Amino acid sequence: MEILFAIIIGVLYAAGIYMILRRSLVKLIIGIILLGNGANLLIFLLGRITEGAPPIIPEESKVFLEAYADPVPQALILTAIVISFGLQSFAIILVKRAHKVVKTDDLDEMNATDEDS
Amino acid sequence: MKTLILKTASIYLLPVLLVFSVFILLRGHYLPGGGFVGGLIAAIAFVLHAFANGLSESKNLLKIHPGFLMPLGLALAFLSGVAPVIVDDPFMTGLWFPDPFPVIGNVGSALFFDIGVYLVVVGVTLTIIFTISESA
Amino acid sequence: MTQQLILYPLLLQLLLSILLMFFWYRINAQRIISILGSILHLGLTIYVFSFIWNNGIQTLQAGSWEAPFGITFVADSLSITLVLLTAIAGLAVSIFSASSMIPDRLKFGYFPIFHFLLLGLNGAFLTGDIFNLYVWFEIIIISSFVLITLGGEKAQLEGAVKYFTLNFLASMIFLTAIAVLYGLTGSLNMADLAIKVAEVENRALVQITAVLFLIGFGIKAAVFPLYFWLPASYHTPPSAVSAIFGGLLTKVGVYALIRVFSLIFVGDAFLDEMLIVIAILTLFSGGVGALIQNNIKKVFSYLIICHIGYMILGLGMFTEVAIAGTIFYLIHDIIVKTNLFMVSGLIYRIKGSSSMRALGGFYSDYPKLSLLIFIPLFSLVGIPPLSGFWPKISLITASFNTESYWGLAAIIFASFITLVVIAKLWAEVFWKNPGEIRERFKFDYFHKMGKYRKLGFVAPIVFLSFVSLYIGFGAENIQILSSRVAQELMDNQLYIDAVFNNAQNPE
Repeated sequence: MEILFAIIIGVLYAAGIYMILRRSLVKLIIGIILLGNGANLLIFLLGRITEGAPPIIPEESKVFLEAYADPVPQALILTAIVISFGLQSFAIILVKRAHKVVKTDDLDEMNATDEDS
Repeated sequence: MKTLILKTASIYLLPVLLVFSVFILLRGHYLPGGGFVGGLIAAIAFVLHAFANGLSESKNLLKIHPGFLMPLGLALAFLSGVAPVIVDDPFMTGLWFPDPFPVIGNVGSALFFDIGVYLVVVGVTLTIIFTISESA
Repeated sequence: MTQQLILYPLLLQLLLSILLMFFWYRINAQRIISILGSILHLGLTIYVFSFIWNNGIQTLQAGSWEAPFGITFVADSLSITLVLLTAIAGLAVSIFSASSMIPDRLKFGYFPIFHFLLLGLNGAFLTGDIFNLYVWFEIIIISSFVLITLGGEKAQLEGAVKYFTLNFLASMIFLTAIAVLYGLTGSLNMADLAIKVAEVENRALVQITAVLFLIGFGIKAAVFPLYFWLPASYHTPPSAVSAIFGGLLTKVGVYALIRVFSLIFVGDAFLDEMLIVIAILTLFSGGVGALIQNNIKKVFSYLIICHIGYMILGLGMFTEVAIAGTIFYLIHDIIVKTNLFMVSGLIYRIKGSSSMRALGGFYSDYPKLSLLIFIPLFSLVGIPPLSGFWPKISLITASFNTESYWGLAAIIFASFITLVVIAKLWAEVFWKNPGEIRERFKFDYFHKMGKYRKLGFVAPIVFLSFVSLYIGFGAENIQILSSRVAQELMDNQLYIDAVFNNAQNPE
């Protein structure tokens, strides 16, 4: 299971970075999304994949009765998902605006900021 | 795109989804659920309505600009976080009413924090989606 | 109540941001709330600063969850000094934006987002939890994305695309590093990590994690091979936004580097060497970059990169003197860089251009203002007794002590090149006969403004110049402060004890 996860994470990172390095703005966003998902899966994997009960203590007892899954990585992933959700939606709006104003989809043609002014 | 089936269904789905979102919100403290998921479900309810009836209709239905929910929710979350400071506990410590309320269950500052999260999520999601679909 | 004191600056900024959101369309109310709130924030921070100065490191366990399980907030001298500097710069920029930002931009929520950015900065400085640091970083970059695109001009959007992509990449690398660190140690609390990382047997993996942190923070701090997003984007937004970016955003990256490499990954010779090499290259490339630019905002952008090198160099040498130099430089740099971007905004408002070729004759037109601008410009160069001079003494002494002569050469080279750049700027903008600038139609010229708006432009520059002068002439006090910070940083046991003792016997 871990090997499979590791391969998937590697593929997601590689694909994400490959897409970011493309010249198209849309592919940039796709790359960002893939990279974010790769990072989330990495946290999940490195929190150890365990077969256990959910980390919720039953009402009548004070401590965990059996082996339980580590809740921290899940909390981290949830936070990271929320943040990347916000960033990605911002990126989509930004790219749309940029496309409308600059009238190109090609990152190489976005060089107004490098011009001498 | 206006289909009669979706339009009719959305009229019934909107209240059902909203009630469901509140249920998920209240269930959140001990069981899977909570403000974030609840807020997303509530936002989806309005997005579905906008799909079926058009953006302007849903905006009329909402009465207020969804962006206004953000400061409201943030303020609620902020106050519930600050409340324990007044009784000299560290920031964000959970304060609880001793007895459970009927239907809702135990009520504490965490619930108000979650309601704040719910409002912020509804506000943010709707603002984002409305902005994207407006400029499309 | 004193235990909670360290969170008050943070909570006040959050409160301000929420309050300002309720006044979304009422610009004048926003201006007043922002300025008054910033003054209050400065006062509060000074009080907290003096409290920590007298009582040592303070910690707070949020939600009463004890360290290392909950989120800890830690205010040591370094954190609170940076919070204080944020408050000073924040007040100045708040006044400056009240009069320099056009109403169209203010209507899109400039002030709430600005205070949200300050909230993120305060949080990043105060948190003692590495994942929480990530969250504050995200709050900072989300607010900065909104600020940099506000207005939506062509250059702004293009700059924003570059800024967004690289910062997002940095966050993802940071997140990856956190994931690996959590996998290695099973902890997120920085004090706990400091203990556990030292015990990890797989040193190679620790080193890789450290390098991931170095890359992630390095992009944010704009060090040598990773800085290209900065000059491509910092000159595009309005000067008030550039001021807060130039003054504080890259410094958060530097703060994170200092924190992580003085607390968690300590005493690794390879990493220290790498930091020194990076610093030397940063000093060199930033300086040379500044030399060939024509737009004054771009000149300042490259100088930011150049001077980041000083701080990283001090961190790489990692002796008490070197760290003291780094901290002193950090204090000086935040104030001066914020001031310089406001100055560039003022020059743009007066003349209608930022191009050095076109500008000129500023001194004969505005002699008093020119003398005022002289202070931050030459503080940056470090003409003694102005503020940039003193930290360089510490850095040079430290590089003699550690026998890193390349570092020494780089310090001297970068100081020299800064002098050349500033002298060139002074000659071109202030002394040269003015070139041809077309009178711009519908442009909000400075001399057409009312008295109070003019004051809003000049007052923050005066304020920060006085702070700069104090840092220069009261260098002894700042030196005492930075030595104390350096002592705390060199001995990471102090930090660890503060986090855990307080958890065991809360007062």
